[in-house]
Amino acid sequence: MASDVILIGERSEIKPRPRKESRGIGLGRFALVTITFFTFAFLYVPIAILIAFSFNSARTGATWQSFSLQWYERVFSNARILEAAANSLIVATLATIGSVIIGTLMAMAMERYQFRAKLAWDALLYLPVIVPEIVMGISLLIFFAAINLSRGIVTLVISHIAFCMPFVYLTMRARLADFDKSLEEAAQDLGADEWTTFRRITLPLLMPGIISSALLAFTLSLDDFVISFFVTGVGSQTLPVYIWGQIRRGITPEINAISTLMLLLSIALVIITQLIQRRQRA
Amino acid sequence: MRLAGLMAPGAFWLFVFFFVPLLIMAGISFLSRDRLGFPTPPLTLQNYWEIVRDIRFAPSISLAGGLTIRLFEGLYLELFWRSIWLSLLSTLITLFIAFPVALFMARLPSRYRNLALFLVMIPFWTNFLVRTYALQFMLRGNGPINTLLSALGLEPIDLLFTPAAIMLGLVYGNLPFMILPLYTSLEKFDWTMIEAANDLGADMLRAFQRVMLPLISPGLLAGSILTFVPAIGSYITVELMGGGRTNLIGYAIAQQFSASVNWPFGSAMSLLMMIIVTFRCGALLPQRSRGISQRSLRRRGRTWLRMSS
Repeated sequence: MASDVILIGERSEIKPRPRKESRGIGLGRFALVTITFFTFAFLYVPIAILIAFSFNSARTGATWQSFSLQWYERVFSNARILEAAANSLIVATLATIGSVIIGTLMAMAMERYQFRAKLAWDALLYLPVIVPEIVMGISLLIFFAAINLSRGIVTLVISHIAFCMPFVYLTMRARLADFDKSLEEAAQDLGADEWTTFRRITLPLLMPGIISSALLAFTLSLDDFVISFFVTGVGSQTLPVYIWGQIRRGITPEINAISTLMLLLSIALVIITQLIQRRQRA
Repeated sequence: MRLAGLMAPGAFWLFVFFFVPLLIMAGISFLSRDRLGFPTPPLTLQNYWEIVRDIRFAPSISLAGGLTIRLFEGLYLELFWRSIWLSLLSTLITLFIAFPVALFMARLPSRYRNLALFLVMIPFWTNFLVRTYALQFMLRGNGPINTLLSALGLEPIDLLFTPAAIMLGLVYGNLPFMILPLYTSLEKFDWTMIEAANDLGADMLRAFQRVMLPLISPGLLAGSILTFVPAIGSYITVELMGGGRTNLIGYAIAQQFSASVNWPFGSAMSLLMMIIVTFRCGALLPQRSRGISQRSLRRRGRTWLRMSS
């Protein structure tokens, strides 16, 4: 099958044909536009409504009363929310540092060395990606109970590193595949020792990849609810775990405000990532 | 050993905090429960027996809600079957919505394409819980939709707490995870190949099957896995959209560790679910007979990279 494709590809290069213009505004095109429009509407309408109602003064949230910032004031004066936000940031920062270091080293080992059982390792590193979060969450809960480690920030950080690491690994692996090894060789030919080569050549060249995977790990950690839910302790709730508790308790207009703030944070992270990408390309 | 030095931290972490916990979980699934629901010796097969115990041969045909033909009955059999069925169906629906969107995006002029990509990226990166909550908030009995309906003099409708609501929640939640990998594959697809296939006598369907499908399969695969796995293990969606009335495996497992404590039984169900998921995802892998080749892994790594950045 693959050889067919190559053959077809070569053939089309030999005999280029002008594209038929008729497919421009056909029925198919109209269907695509319609589906895309409704899909984006479907994705954004609930979010837009949530944002709008976070500025609603009514407590029940269903009917619009008047514009108000009171729920935002409540959020910023609620010690438990601020504590949960701080916990989330601490965990995400530590998990990012840990998973980026471990994942990058792993990717370098897998990309640069040939060894036995390499294929098996490759498959194993994919496993955390396809194991359902809930299974990972409860197995870690059982594990921490078995080794008698009380649940808190430490167990959160350990778990978050475990599920972020494979994603960092995958990202770095793809970056390393495009890495030009001759630059390192040149540095060593010019007398740089191994550590200097790593510090002055390898690391700066890998920096864009490291930043991308750090942003990825940071977002994954910040967003996680299911695993955190099972490994969190009494005083160490993360923001999503706190939100969950509030949603289950009933009507809480503060949640709309927190959600809007978290949404803004996500948008900011997406924009930062895009800007970094653009600068890299330039 | 430099290699060992590079591998050691990752291997240690993965082994101690991923494989060992899974092994302990597997072990616990063969233990009994004490009075509080925590694992205790002796070894037993009771937890697995509990799952298959009430399965009996009871062929039946019902016409309620479409034609249903059943051969077997059983509480947990139905739980597993319902979960697999609902997740597969939600993956298919998501695919059918996401494919035209990704196709449309890939064929846009690059300026609009970046904007569209940005619009998919935002829900992709936004907290899943927050988004599901937003959907639930909109559909609530006293939420904006019903307020609008009653303002128009119409009857309010019950949109939440049904299997259909769970399905809606799963599609809503997972759409970005399907659109992005599909788009990544379609974006670099060379459309002249379709024309070439047509020139060589293939009709559209055949060109799609033989040329397009193999080339976009990495994105198709990544999207399906990223949709199916969270769907079958879903907890947030089942609780918020289904109100816990329709039980799915992920939710049932979570309950064994929170509401009604029974760790050994929960572990047994987890192990079964993991086997199902691995089997399903394995079946989705192309070139299965060839095993996982270096190239296909690298390609999937690239797909992931492009999606994540």
